[in-house]
Amino acid sequence: MFKETALSGQTTFFQKLRSLDYILLVCILILGVISSLAMYATDGGELLYHTKSHVLRFIIFFIMMFVLSFLNIRFWHATGYFFYIIVLGLLIWASLYGITASGSQRWVDLYFINLQPSELMKIAIIVCFAKFYHRAQINQINNFKNLLVPMMILILPILLVVSQPDLGTSILIALSGIIVLWLAGINLKYFIYSGLFLLISLPFVIAFLKPYQKLRILTFFNPDKDPLGAGYQIIQSKIAIGSGGLTGKGFLKGTQGYLEFLPEKHTDFIFTLFSEEHGFIGSLALLFIYGVIIYRVIDIGKNARSFFGKLFCFGFASSIFVFITVNMSMVLGLLPIVGSPLPIMSYGGSSMLATMIGFSIVMSTKIYQKQLIA
Amino acid sequence: MFDGGGDSGYKKLSTVNRRMFVMTAAKLVIFGGIITRLFTLQINENKKYLTLSDKNRLREWRLPPERGDFEDYFGNKIASNLKVYQLHVVPEQVEDFRYLMIRLRDILDIDSQTFKKILKRKDQQKPWETLIISEKLSWDQFAKINFYLHELSGAKPVLSVARNYPYDEKFTHLLGYVAQASEKDLIENEVIKKKHVPGLRVGKIGLEKTYENQLIGSNGIQRYEVNAYGKRINQIDFVEGRKGTNIRLTVDTKIQTQCNELLKDKAGSICVMDIYTGELIAMHSSPSFDPNLFLYGISHENWNAILTNPKKPLINRSIQGLYPPGSTIKPIVALSALENDVISTKFKVNCTGKTEMYGQTYHCWKDTGHGIVNLRDALKVSCDTFFYEMSRRLGVDRLNITAKKFGLGEKVFNGTYNEEKEGLIPSTQWKKNALGRGWVLGETLIAGIGQGYMQTTPLQLCLMTAQLANGGFKIKPKIIYDKKSDSYEKIKAEMEKNRIELLSQLQQEDPLVEFSLERKKSDTKLYKPLYRNQENVKFVLEAMFASTNEVRGTSYSSRISDKKYQFAGKTGTSQVKKITEIQRELDLDISQIPYKERDHALFVAFGPYVNPRYALSVFVEHGGSGSSAAAPLAKKLFKTIVDRHEEREKIREKSLMEI
Repeated sequence: MFKETALSGQTTFFQKLRSLDYILLVCILILGVISSLAMYATDGGELLYHTKSHVLRFIIFFIMMFVLSFLNIRFWHATGYFFYIIVLGLLIWASLYGITASGSQRWVDLYFINLQPSELMKIAIIVCFAKFYHRAQINQINNFKNLLVPMMILILPILLVVSQPDLGTSILIALSGIIVLWLAGINLKYFIYSGLFLLISLPFVIAFLKPYQKLRILTFFNPDKDPLGAGYQIIQSKIAIGSGGLTGKGFLKGTQGYLEFLPEKHTDFIFTLFSEEHGFIGSLALLFIYGVIIYRVIDIGKNARSFFGKLFCFGFASSIFVFITVNMSMVLGLLPIVGSPLPIMSYGGSSMLATMIGFSIVMSTKIYQKQLIA
Repeated sequence: MFDGGGDSGYKKLSTVNRRMFVMTAAKLVIFGGIITRLFTLQINENKKYLTLSDKNRLREWRLPPERGDFEDYFGNKIASNLKVYQLHVVPEQVEDFRYLMIRLRDILDIDSQTFKKILKRKDQQKPWETLIISEKLSWDQFAKINFYLHELSGAKPVLSVARNYPYDEKFTHLLGYVAQASEKDLIENEVIKKKHVPGLRVGKIGLEKTYENQLIGSNGIQRYEVNAYGKRINQIDFVEGRKGTNIRLTVDTKIQTQCNELLKDKAGSICVMDIYTGELIAMHSSPSFDPNLFLYGISHENWNAILTNPKKPLINRSIQGLYPPGSTIKPIVALSALENDVISTKFKVNCTGKTEMYGQTYHCWKDTGHGIVNLRDALKVSCDTFFYEMSRRLGVDRLNITAKKFGLGEKVFNGTYNEEKEGLIPSTQWKKNALGRGWVLGETLIAGIGQGYMQTTPLQLCLMTAQLANGGFKIKPKIIYDKKSDSYEKIKAEMEKNRIELLSQLQQEDPLVEFSLERKKSDTKLYKPLYRNQENVKFVLEAMFASTNEVRGTSYSSRISDKKYQFAGKTGTSQVKKITEIQRELDLDISQIPYKERDHALFVAFGPYVNPRYALSVFVEHGGSGSSAAAPLAKKLFKTIVDRHEEREKIREKSLMEI
């Protein structure tokens, strides 16, 4: 065992290249192709702006992910807090000078890209917690100080994102964080306590919701009440998916897609259009690919020696799973509509960038799986 | 050995591994749930959703927005909308498109070229987008279509609105015109792009283009439930569109119409302006063309007729036409000389018909000469020799400053008309920069009679005259009526205040506030004096009065003796070509000179002479002399202008009451 440790730092580039996780890489590539075709179909079978920029982004960010994979896992560990602070700074920047679009101030203008820092926060929070618990002793995890600090780390970005206002993303950040906290070993009772506390304070939270958000939650419970207004999206989405059947209507043959009935058809509702054209079998295939990706990430985590790498992989796999399920449940009418993209599939540069950074940390964990971090 | 160390590290690892296992199990269950849901929707309830998808499709149609009107000062519509019948087909809703098209071709008698165009357009748009077969059905066609409608399933006669210019060619250059939105329009203007529907008309030039975003209005929206074939089942929602803003102008249709008549069969321009409020009363450029022709795509013959017309109807001469101002610049030259103390009003020159300077002969327009003339006479009879001598002493740079102060060589409506030209008032510096050569003194002489490099638009001359006639104060020309803009009384009071202020400043003789003849930033301030000594302005105005109302004045034959209509003016005849010695000898009659080589005729005037309110400029391209071709038009126009004044005042009082 000591010998292996000594050797691990000395691998050549060729060895690193060989130790990449090719199943994961291939799955991401397949997802990229599927998403580009789905984007093309959503654009009405024409090579329009959304498709072109989605393909371009995928290529750029995939290459970036590949290159970043060779960074030593120690680098990610060393910069863990820094990464979080940068993204937090961007969030504050967005709330002060951000670009406002459709009533929400989410974007910062970085000249070459309009970045949505809240998407990056989904990853940054995992890196930050992984670093925090890498150091912490198991018997100290549940003491007061070690509960308070992560609490602050989690609540700060959530408040910033809620105030944008962007309820969907803030819920997803919260879920990512909470999952990592639980994995790290925080006592279950604290989750139960805060769950109860949340339930009690729910009426007050609802009082603070924007009218359109209340409407969305109400329509979720009864979409048929307002079929042309807020329930429109849910009904249309269900019709599209349901009419897809076993094998779907065929590529570019979707009828609901071109009706312009969904304002976010390139982003949150991309699965709707995919499922309509490719049916139950296509949807299962897509779920399978996602399943393989999640399985690979968990497996890499299992084999990692550093607690940092392990916790990150577990956390990342879980949050990807959450993003996928929240998005799908939403378009399937199982959850109210809150803005949440489908990783890699949905249109949106910041979400893709964040996911790719996550994958590169996972790859790095794989390459340096025997590496220990002091 | 594991990081974190020892037993604690081991415990930490086992915790995370155990919890991850629980988590993975939960994931499998949730994935299972999603798959079940997918299965329910796509397999179990597939039939239900398939029918919903087929039968319950919602479609949205955007209707063309209704464009805002243009009104004149009195509220008459000068550009409005007309109800027209159009024939629409939505290809997706038609079972046999080819059959329908052939039937329609026979019924409407569509020629093969147009027919091909329609088919081509069909291929370019989406099957559920409306295909416009005919933009404007004649009554006859409309009746026929309705008669056969039961066999023409899929064709829809639709009541729509289209732009209409009731005064045909009379306001064309002032308003501009609309035509079908092009690719370029969509790229250049976000608003048009957002509101675009097939067949949308947008402003192409003039006010129609400049005020596009106010005029365009908003789309109406119809939402229909449609079946699998796209046939509308019932209307679910209708959002009514909002008509664009109506824009009221300061122009008077009566006067504008008369301008049209006066310039009939001629090339030229007439501009009329209120000398205090700067309101444009009329602005016409001749020849004009009918903007209604452009609405449905202008026909080949009509377009060719416009393009090949030697008088070039597409040019808006009032703001785009650059011509040497000729003698109409003389009031400014005289004023500049007086203001700069170059000469006194008593200065005299002996005119013998020509003068030798710098080895060149400069001719006066009168071969026999005017004899001994003073400044007043020189303006009255437009003696060139006097002005050669005076401008030699003045120099071109000082003339440049005065001319620019009074509005020459600068855009009058900055930004309102894209096509407006700046013109040119030369200076020594300009020539060095633009031509790279030094100024020649001889060029100063011809600049003094408005020839050479100098180029102005007819509208600039009108503004110049207005700013002289109001006593020498800066005004802001405008064409859009604004209730809140300053009233005549307020402007007059403001000017009087500024006059007294300047006077007291000069009397104090404080070297710090000494009035500068240089052009300064403060010159752009409204209602500020443009002079140093108002007596100089008054002198020039009086000389212009003499030019029209005293015997031997150049526009004496166009005078009106009735005090109510009496006006003062200055003629101008600008040369297009240098006159050779031989031509001078021949002294040809105008009809003997080729059209392109004939002189331009100009006339600027203001009136009524007692308490003036209006200024105008008349320009007739290749019209001959200013006194014979331009001044008589002003005479006819002035009667109308003064008569209409009372009507205008009534409107003004009424709007004052409203505030």
